[in-house]
Amino acid sequence: MSEEILTTQDLHLYYGEKEALKGINLNFDAKGITALIGPSGCGKSTYLRTLNRMNDLIPNVTITGTIKFKGENLYAPNADTVEIRKEIGMVFQQPNPFPFSIYDNVIYGLRIAGEKDKEKLDAVVEKSLRQAAVWDEVKDHLHESALALSGGQQQRVCIARVLAVSPEIILLDEPTSALDPVSSSQIEATLLNLRHDYTIIIVTHNLQQASRIADRTAFFMNGELVEVDQTKNIFMNPAKKQTEDYISGRFG
Amino acid sequence: MDSKKQNKIAIGTLYGIAGLVVLILLALLGYILASGLPQLSWHFLTAPAKAFLKGGGVGVQLFNSFYLLILAMAISFPIALGAAIYLYEYARDNWITTTIRTAIEILSSLPSVVVGLFGFLFFVVKLRLGFSILSGAFALTFFNLPLLTRSIEDSLRTIDLEQREGGLALGLSRWETITRVILPAAVPSILTGVILSAGRVFGEAAALIYTAGQSAPALNFADWNPFNISSPLNPMRPAETLAVHIWKINSEGIMPDAKAISSGSSAVLIIAILLFNFAARYVGKRLYKRLTSA
Ligand SMILES: Nc1ncnc2c1ncn2[C@@H]1O[C@H](COP(=O)(O)OP(=O)(O)OP(=O)(O)O)[C@@H](O)[C@H]1O
Ligand SMILES: [Mg+2]
Repeated sequence: MSEEILTTQDLHLYYGEKEALKGINLNFDAKGITALIGPSGCGKSTYLRTLNRMNDLIPNVTITGTIKFKGENLYAPNADTVEIRKEIGMVFQQPNPFPFSIYDNVIYGLRIAGEKDKEKLDAVVEKSLRQAAVWDEVKDHLHESALALSGGQQQRVCIARVLAVSPEIILLDEPTSALDPVSSSQIEATLLNLRHDYTIIIVTHNLQQASRIADRTAFFMNGELVEVDQTKNIFMNPAKKQTEDYISGRFG
Repeated sequence: MDSKKQNKIAIGTLYGIAGLVVLILLALLGYILASGLPQLSWHFLTAPAKAFLKGGGVGVQLFNSFYLLILAMAISFPIALGAAIYLYEYARDNWITTTIRTAIEILSSLPSVVVGLFGFLFFVVKLRLGFSILSGAFALTFFNLPLLTRSIEDSLRTIDLEQREGGLALGLSRWETITRVILPAAVPSILTGVILSAGRVFGEAAALIYTAGQSAPALNFADWNPFNISSPLNPMRPAETLAVHIWKINSEGIMPDAKAISSGSSAVLIIAILLFNFAARYVGKRLYKRLTSA
């Protein structure tokens, strides 16, 4: 039985007047993959971005409720967003490598944090790229631009970049929706490799993908969490009618 | 008339207009270079000007132009960079930023004569800087600041929001994201903007006539102590630039070879500005390649 690493209680989020999240209660155990699914515009990305305070960047956002990471309130007045994001990393829909070399991309977080030891940095680069299952493809041109890689490789380098700062939680917002099927399945394999060591929360529109990789699945609709359960229960035996309708493709 | 034909006529007209513009430009360039190039020589580029006799050069003016340019850039670049970062990366849209933006718009559309006369009243007279390089550099800063701020802001705008989110999501602070991710990525385009604005500053005359002055006392190029009056580096000496020199020769030049000197100076000015423009493209491209493929 693992302990809960991240908890959300009665989370509301407003964009101006508009209520995008209407009281979400959802907890995450340490380790394993949770998929967030639901129709477009239901608030999946919004929810995901509250978990590492990325919504702070958007003006006029109001958030109520509590999110706790290891018992600490993420939205406490003295919470340090920089530290939070080191613990809770994020991978985006569009691969967004920095316009530097592959090597520099991976160590960027560490180098800015002040790490100078060349051997240590080399080791981290190799380890992170291996974990992200892209090492063999890039090891011979680590010092070339990350922009020259394919979209799928770029995305895995972005995953490696997050791994290099050793977060506990990795958030991914539709990380494969801009990629071809082969690259997508490579990313899936990567995530399956990581699920024993990290808490992974992934938003996806691809229900097959959720059923292939997620231990748990949460179904959102209209800013509410409809249901969360073991993935096979959600897909084989959902408790709610709305979930069943969505899974069987009746809407969304 | 069918739409295909209309399309053809429209495209033809546009080509015609574009061609005409290019033609006028080439004719101007050709005329200036054809009448100016024969005047150029090492002597012309290095010798001091002569007021009454023939055979003067533009050495001092050329040096003044570059010195003023460097000073003006050294003052305006840090301010413009700071302003652009504040406006684009930090400021939210409210009445303060709207006011600043409007002020920048207005400043950038002020005729440079007005900037020059303001510089005369404020720096030369009020602050008692006199006709000096410093007065000129301040006036050029006023002239340059709004344009440079806008150009740096545009450079920052070309960097995707995803890059900023990527930096923040790694646990970099806002400032670290800007200085370590956004600025390096924007350097090539910022530099292109800086060099292009250098070209504009280099060719500016109206803002300098009443600030840096219209006289070019002979310089002692062996004396680099900025406190000596004949030192090239002295920022308190009056300093006629190349562009002002051209204006002055044409309005009141009394040397017998005024026409030739004016043509030669114009050619030098045009070549310098063309070089700035080519350098901007070349350096921008090279730097982007260097930075993005380590
Ligand atoms: N910056 C914003 N300002 C105002 N409203 C927003 C903003 N971002 C999202 N919304 C609104 O909030 C709701 C939830 O959006 P969100 O992006 O979280 O949905 P999503 O489930 O991720 O959708 P998708 O599957 O299309 O990515 C939508 O109605 C959207 O229009
Ligand atoms: Mg989304």
